[in-house]
Amino acid sequence: MAALARSWATKPGIGRVALLFWFGLAILPLVGSVWDSPSFDYYLFMGQSMLIYAISVLGLNLLIGFNGQISLGHSAFFAVGAYTAAILMNFGGIPYWATLPVAAVVCFGAGFMFGFPALKLEGHYLALATFTLAIAVPQLLKHKSIAGWTGGVGGLLLDKPDPPFGLPLSADQWLYYLCLAVAMLLFWIVFNMLRGRSGRALMAIRDHAMAAGTMGIDTALYKTVAFGISAGITGVAGALSAITIAYVAPDSFTLQLSISFLVGLVVGGIASLPGCMIGGAFIVVVQNSSQSISDWMKETFSLRYDVPAWAIYGTLLLLLMFFLPNGIAGGVVAVRGWLARKFR
Amino acid sequence: MIRRRTALLSAASLTIAGKARAQKKYAPGITDTEIKIGQTMPYSGNASAYGVAGRNQAAYFRMINEAGGINGRKIVLISLDDGYSPPKTMELARQLVERDQVAFLFYPLGTQTNTAIQKYMNQKKVPHLFLATGASKWGDPKNFPWTMGWQPDYHTECKIFAKHMIANIKDPKIAILRQNDDMGNDYIGGFREGLGAGWEKMVVADATYEVTDPTIDSQILQLKNSGATVFMNITTPKFAAQAIKKVAEIGWKPIHYLVSVAASVGAVMRPAGIENGQGIVTAQFAKDVTDPRWATSPDYIEWKAFMDKWNPTANQLEGSNVSSYIVVHALVQVLKQCGDDLSRENIMRQAANIKDLEIPLLLPGIKVNTSPTNFYPLRTEQLARFEGDHWTLFGDLISADGT
Amino acid sequence: MEFFVQQIASGLTSGAIYACVALGLVMIYVSTDHINFAQGEMAMFATYLAWSMIDAGVPYWVAFGSTILVAFFSGLFIQRVILKPLETAPVLALVVCFIALLSIFNALAGMIWSFTIKQFPSPFPRVDIFGNGLVSAQQIGVVAVTLVMLAILTVFFRYTTLGLAMRAAAQNAASARLMGVRVSWMLALGWGLASGIGAIAGMLVAPIVFLDPNMMTGILVYGFAGALVGGIANPMGAVAGGFIVGVLENLVGSYIIGNELKLSFALIMVVGVLLLKPAGIFGRVIVRRV
Repeated sequence: MAALARSWATKPGIGRVALLFWFGLAILPLVGSVWDSPSFDYYLFMGQSMLIYAISVLGLNLLIGFNGQISLGHSAFFAVGAYTAAILMNFGGIPYWATLPVAAVVCFGAGFMFGFPALKLEGHYLALATFTLAIAVPQLLKHKSIAGWTGGVGGLLLDKPDPPFGLPLSADQWLYYLCLAVAMLLFWIVFNMLRGRSGRALMAIRDHAMAAGTMGIDTALYKTVAFGISAGITGVAGALSAITIAYVAPDSFTLQLSISFLVGLVVGGIASLPGCMIGGAFIVVVQNSSQSISDWMKETFSLRYDVPAWAIYGTLLLLLMFFLPNGIAGGVVAVRGWLARKFR
Repeated sequence: MIRRRTALLSAASLTIAGKARAQKKYAPGITDTEIKIGQTMPYSGNASAYGVAGRNQAAYFRMINEAGGINGRKIVLISLDDGYSPPKTMELARQLVERDQVAFLFYPLGTQTNTAIQKYMNQKKVPHLFLATGASKWGDPKNFPWTMGWQPDYHTECKIFAKHMIANIKDPKIAILRQNDDMGNDYIGGFREGLGAGWEKMVVADATYEVTDPTIDSQILQLKNSGATVFMNITTPKFAAQAIKKVAEIGWKPIHYLVSVAASVGAVMRPAGIENGQGIVTAQFAKDVTDPRWATSPDYIEWKAFMDKWNPTANQLEGSNVSSYIVVHALVQVLKQCGDDLSRENIMRQAANIKDLEIPLLLPGIKVNTSPTNFYPLRTEQLARFEGDHWTLFGDLISADGT
Repeated sequence: MEFFVQQIASGLTSGAIYACVALGLVMIYVSTDHINFAQGEMAMFATYLAWSMIDAGVPYWVAFGSTILVAFFSGLFIQRVILKPLETAPVLALVVCFIALLSIFNALAGMIWSFTIKQFPSPFPRVDIFGNGLVSAQQIGVVAVTLVMLAILTVFFRYTTLGLAMRAAAQNAASARLMGVRVSWMLALGWGLASGIGAIAGMLVAPIVFLDPNMMTGILVYGFAGALVGGIANPMGAVAGGFIVGVLENLVGSYIIGNELKLSFALIMVVGVLLLKPAGIFGRVIVRRV
């Protein structure tokens, strides 16, 4: 796992591939001007969701993949980010783009605070403590003492922003670019962080906390800050989600969301930055394709019952873990290694 | 060579279609032979028990299609699972409207989920018809001319209960159990309005629970301990069954009011124990198919035949199989009224132009009415009491405006 | 006062439910060193099997017994077929497998038996022990069965060779293997037992909360809380933790913070206990050699 991380984070030449990849993502919306289809905006919306999930997985990966602290509670930080943005836009009249840094700071604070008890918890214990956090947050959001701010069970409706400066873009194109820009910025920050001293420290703590401590790394500080940054990144994703969906409600941030992040992380590849992008896309694509597979099965085999999409989703996950226990990115690395050995 | 012929052929068919289109107006998703409809349903997640409705409607459309469709057009229902999660509903609504090109959304389920997409549907000017939620905010044609609710709203229903309590119970001491979500909120709003100034004096206990709570025993004990003589039970089916059973077990004997969403005989009253449910009061707009007095009525027989043939695996005691059946009739009426002008504008216009429509399995005397200013198709209910193994109606029809 | 006693009695019943589920979790944890997120759904599925048998006219206890057997062998099967090939995979890959199993069981149950709630018969007579609706035979029964299971498990893990071998296999596979323990089969056995315990828990819980595919979701959360509070490596602690969570949740909900914050209270309790005693109230801190 560690070797994998190093190969992705520090290998020279990878930068060119990454640049090409981001460039590809950036020109994607322009396809719309050639291919005039009413469903194009929908695909852009899907693209926004994928980028938002990718950012969330990035935040989670920083914590789990690079620092070894397991969290099942990141839906909570996602929710805090989303509500921060929604409340600021709704009551503060603050423009949507300005809510992103605020969400980052608020969630950093929340994550940092939660990082303290997390210091004492390891492995399974931390996983379960954060699990309860994910369960408790929707309930807290609708509590009557703050319902005036959060909109209670009804949530808050927002206005979907239009492109600024009279840019000739549709609202979805603009939001796609917003998500893309934020994603690029965050990936760049994390990439640089991991490449440097602090990244090595984080991974050293993951691999052997005690040894890291004896080498003079302030493990407590690094771990709490890692928790904070991780939560901050996921919080930004939450804020973006509030902006693109234009609605926040307690039911949007259930444990299911945390589980999606985790599944995206593992399927994409633990401790892999490209894996975060793969994971983000996986979360969006696979749930939808499970439904399509279910429809296809029903039609092809003329079944009397619907094959439930979630059973197909589960089976897909099992198969993936079976053949690619290190995730898709891990699989790619393995295949590349195999090819290199074969054709040396 | 072959390729050119296909090209010619398709060009020919295009001109024919073009001509046809000159006389007929079609929304996206509608052709001479097909009407494509979208829907979101919680087939998974906490609210998955409601998924029954979508399956039953799919079965009904199969039956209609077999019989030649509506004005010669077959209905294609694309019903997708949103897991009761608002962002997912948003994604699916956009998929249905933009990618799958459905003509409109029909009977999407849930309050938060529909709130998430209401603005979008109205911006896109796509009909958002007959929502499967009893929130009172759906009948707002001024601000949301493309959204129309369906069932009598929760607000009104609880107001009816409150009025009934004040009129019939001397010095009521009321205990409330409610689900901590938008349904519970809407119900309680109506209840508060119905009690008016009496709220402070009459309500002695008000307990909430979460859908994730394993049991509600503790809450029931709190309510009993308050010394209440009336129990207003605002719950969803599973918790309603738990509450009815627990109330009986601890020997509490309040006058028990149960909201209509949880008044299903098959999904609530039977599992809770028939003997425990005696005397509970609810409100209904549809016939209770377990009530023997309807056994010989033609609409019941027709429904039963449909269920037996087209949806044989369904549990016929389940209330959703009746309510989803009723609303389909309203849609069929709207589409028939549209004739060949199946533009989105006209679909909405016809939906707002239903006059005294009688639908099978609605209680006698209840008719569906809409107008450009009235986006509440159903506003009338009647109280019923659980006697033996079925609900027995009593009193007059009560509608939202009057009492 | 009567209200107070009632709340405690009701808390003990819910506590027994949490304790049952927690026992299954501990079982898997002790014997395989994993936390099985699919535990609840497996129990739910087993309960549906029992329901189907009873519905088809099989006597209650026959259905009860055969369900436990079926659950045991399915647990064994799942470990051998699905999890064994992943023995060397990262822990998180296993967590994803558990999530996958959870989705599959939940969706299949919904497809086969629908999401409508079903009544599940109780093996205990419907009598009111003190004649005031305070404690029913069902409640006493659940508590009793939980305690009996606990006793059996404690004896099994402490005093039988097989139990010791299972614990050894989980804690230090390499050493255990050197001692002649068939580690892989011990893990499978652990899964089988946990699955059987889960089935019992499901069948005890179902008469109280009604049977539906989402029956165990909420309970599992509190089961986790109970296991964490008491100590997840210790059956006795987990059962005690389950009871503590059940009772405190009721009392705090009724007297102090209101029902809206019960879950949040459980969260605070878990974090609080873990901070003060990371291995749980009754857990022993395992000192690891570096």
